[in-house]
Amino acid sequence: MPKVLDAPEADLSLVTPGVGPVTSDVLVVGGGNAGLCAAICAAEAGATVTLLERAPVAYRGGNSRHTRNFRCSHEASLGVLSGQYRVDEFYDDLLRVTKGNTDEALARMVIRNAPESYQWMSRQGVIFQPSLSGTLSLSRTNAFFLGGGKALVNAYYQRCEDLGVAIHYNATVIDLHIENNRFDGALIEVEGEQRYLRASSVIIAAGGFEANKEWLAEAWGDAAKNFLIRGTPYNRGEVLRQMLNHGADSIGDPTQCHAVAIDGRAPEYDGGIVTRLDCVPFSVVLNKHGERFYDEGEDVWPKRYAIWGRLVAAQPDQVAYSIVDEKSRELFMPSVFPAMSSDSLEELTEKLGLPVAQSVKTIKLFNDACSAGDFHPTELDGLCTTGLEPEKTNWARALDTPPYYGYELRPGVTFTYLGINVDDTARVTFDGRQAENIWAAGEIMAGNILGEGYLAGFGMTIGTVFGRIAGREAGQYVTGVDSSEL
Amino acid sequence: MSPELIQVSYSLKIDTVTTDHAEAQRQLGICTSCRYCEGYCAAFKSVTRHRTFDVATVSHIANLCHNCRGCYYACQYTEPHEFSLNIPALLANVRAQNWEEHIQPRVVTRHMQRYIWPYVMLTALFVLLFSVAVGAPWVSALPFYSLISHNTMVLIFLPLFVLPVIALILGLRRYWKSIGGKPLKLIHVKEAIASAATMKQLDGGQGQGCNYEAGERYTSIRRWAHQATMYGFLLCFLSTSVATLYHYLFNYPAPYPFFSLPKMFGVSGGILLTIGCAVLIYLKRMADEGLGSQQRQRAEYTFTTLLFLVGLTGLLLYWCKGTSVAGGLLIVHLSVVATFFIAIPYSKMSHGFFRLAALCRESQLSSRAL
Repeated sequence: MPKVLDAPEADLSLVTPGVGPVTSDVLVVGGGNAGLCAAICAAEAGATVTLLERAPVAYRGGNSRHTRNFRCSHEASLGVLSGQYRVDEFYDDLLRVTKGNTDEALARMVIRNAPESYQWMSRQGVIFQPSLSGTLSLSRTNAFFLGGGKALVNAYYQRCEDLGVAIHYNATVIDLHIENNRFDGALIEVEGEQRYLRASSVIIAAGGFEANKEWLAEAWGDAAKNFLIRGTPYNRGEVLRQMLNHGADSIGDPTQCHAVAIDGRAPEYDGGIVTRLDCVPFSVVLNKHGERFYDEGEDVWPKRYAIWGRLVAAQPDQVAYSIVDEKSRELFMPSVFPAMSSDSLEELTEKLGLPVAQSVKTIKLFNDACSAGDFHPTELDGLCTTGLEPEKTNWARALDTPPYYGYELRPGVTFTYLGINVDDTARVTFDGRQAENIWAAGEIMAGNILGEGYLAGFGMTIGTVFGRIAGREAGQYVTGVDSSEL
Repeated sequence: MSPELIQVSYSLKIDTVTTDHAEAQRQLGICTSCRYCEGYCAAFKSVTRHRTFDVATVSHIANLCHNCRGCYYACQYTEPHEFSLNIPALLANVRAQNWEEHIQPRVVTRHMQRYIWPYVMLTALFVLLFSVAVGAPWVSALPFYSLISHNTMVLIFLPLFVLPVIALILGLRRYWKSIGGKPLKLIHVKEAIASAATMKQLDGGQGQGCNYEAGERYTSIRRWAHQATMYGFLLCFLSTSVATLYHYLFNYPAPYPFFSLPKMFGVSGGILLTIGCAVLIYLKRMADEGLGSQQRQRAEYTFTTLLFLVGLTGLLLYWCKGTSVAGGLLIVHLSVVATFFIAIPYSKMSHGFFRLAALCRESQLSSRAL
């Protein structure tokens, strides 16, 4: 795990607003998908661009390096996307996951713009591939990046280099100087040295605060200590907090994060995709006291994995244990860590560190509540327990075929919802008024559209569309040339 | 594999000559849980068919890998990440270990896979032998077969060619058995040859090329250079074969005029081979050696240089015919060709045959044609 230092002590004597040379036309804060799209578009519009990336080269790209696809509407087949995925269907999908907690105008703008962005991405060197094995359900709606998000990030960095964007790695923004809705410069630290960097405009694409456990603890208390962070350790929300301190309008629930149940043995940060576990619907899930606490078979996993992060977070020590038997072993994608296994439930629960007597009793009770019936792993089969609290409403089969397998589950935080408000030109607002030269893109403003829940690949769509808009708008602001026709 | 094992084996042992199986299981286990690289090549399509990786599966995947390195540069788990993946280096090691294990005598394979000196020694030995055999005509303008008779050449080169080829065939058979290969059908061979003929596995999956010499950027230079080398070599081989047929079946001995099949194949093949090898050597110098089998780099360079010299000396011999250096050139040419013949099963040259076998096996495993 890379060492992430807290923001260094600011040397305020260096902050000299209005004085000194303006280093570049556009300063982009954050080198993930949205920041890169913004930097490319601003540079293409003729602006000189400086991009600040908090991470070293090896970890550049924020959480974009862990992504794998781009949700995209299309009227007809488009590249690797077959059939059609109309704007209305896309919007309906969004309404369902957000329960209406979205901004319809902004959401529809993003959805409408997605196919054009798909082609733009291809032109920048992003290569798409048909959906991966095991992701057939996404083949119509999501275009997968060949090699995943890091390959996309690499393509964009190369494009930035070719366009002459000045890229600084290991660059921390200590503070932004904003006065009267106008950005003047940023106090930054690069390789241990602080300086004040002036620019004619700024695009904030610095992500959320999901890797900042102290901040998470403000909402979650001590439980946050036991959270695993699925993505980059560099998303500490420092720039988000600075923007809010400067009076930028906030949006989104400050207490909420998107968390899924992942393999409890995952590294504390940056475990990414390989730590996910899909076994819950076919299993019995116990907390550390050996008790069940929720209906494991409530719905198919793609519709339930997101609530399990919070369910596990609410259990003592934020841990749970998912147990399956040999019958279910091949029904789910394995995580990277092999399951604990044993031919007896007693031994397995002991290996997992569970109270043996209570755990075995819970499983026996569960087994007794199961009845014979047709089991269908891919659909809601209604195979449920009777007289059990909480009941299991689908896929309820007794754990009776050794060997038994057990996985530790912990909450894995993916992203946070709190962000800053933007209008449809990606411009940040302060007290409802447009900032003069400040734009935002990516996760830091995604709360405008994604008020709750999540839709696979939509974060990349928001980041790409708003990144491009922000880059174009900032470029136009500094050059005075409308590049939207380019 | 227990999580404890995963913990202790985080640091990858790419510097050692051998990669142990547990390390291969660990790394490929991460790949099959991730699958982002599935679109790059056949090796990754094979990875996604498995949850666990036994020795045979790892061998199969390793020989399918063409070291395009796309997966490395796209990987979110390479160092400094604690998962520390380096699939190209891992598979390069396993592949070479396969050759060293299956081609006998193993001691020869091991040395020709790792060291320069066997190549130098062999070439020097042949120079000495041929010098004695033809009476050391280092400065001679005489035509070929007045220096060495055709029958003498055949007597020397036939066993030099046939014996190594037998070693290769036996080695391939052992490999085929070890990966659980089934009897071949025409369709499997056809699919494998189609892949090799276009070097499909170096197209990056979407035609963008590979990441060999330019890091994160994709280029197709290696694919072209490899094909120049391969087709150049095949043309040279064809030239020799046609000439042999002319000699024995049609009683039409060398020398042949320029507009004859042996010359047309030989000269075009020699040019392709020489240029192809030179570019491959250049690309190898540009590439990150940490993504290959580091302990075998020197022998790989040596082998490619040998192949380059086969082409170059052949061409020079053609252009210098009748001059005073022809005799010396002939000796050098025959010596590098003889060394090359011996090296066919034991050097990097075997990769082509093993890869073709792996492609055949992959065709069996992935298609309905089984």
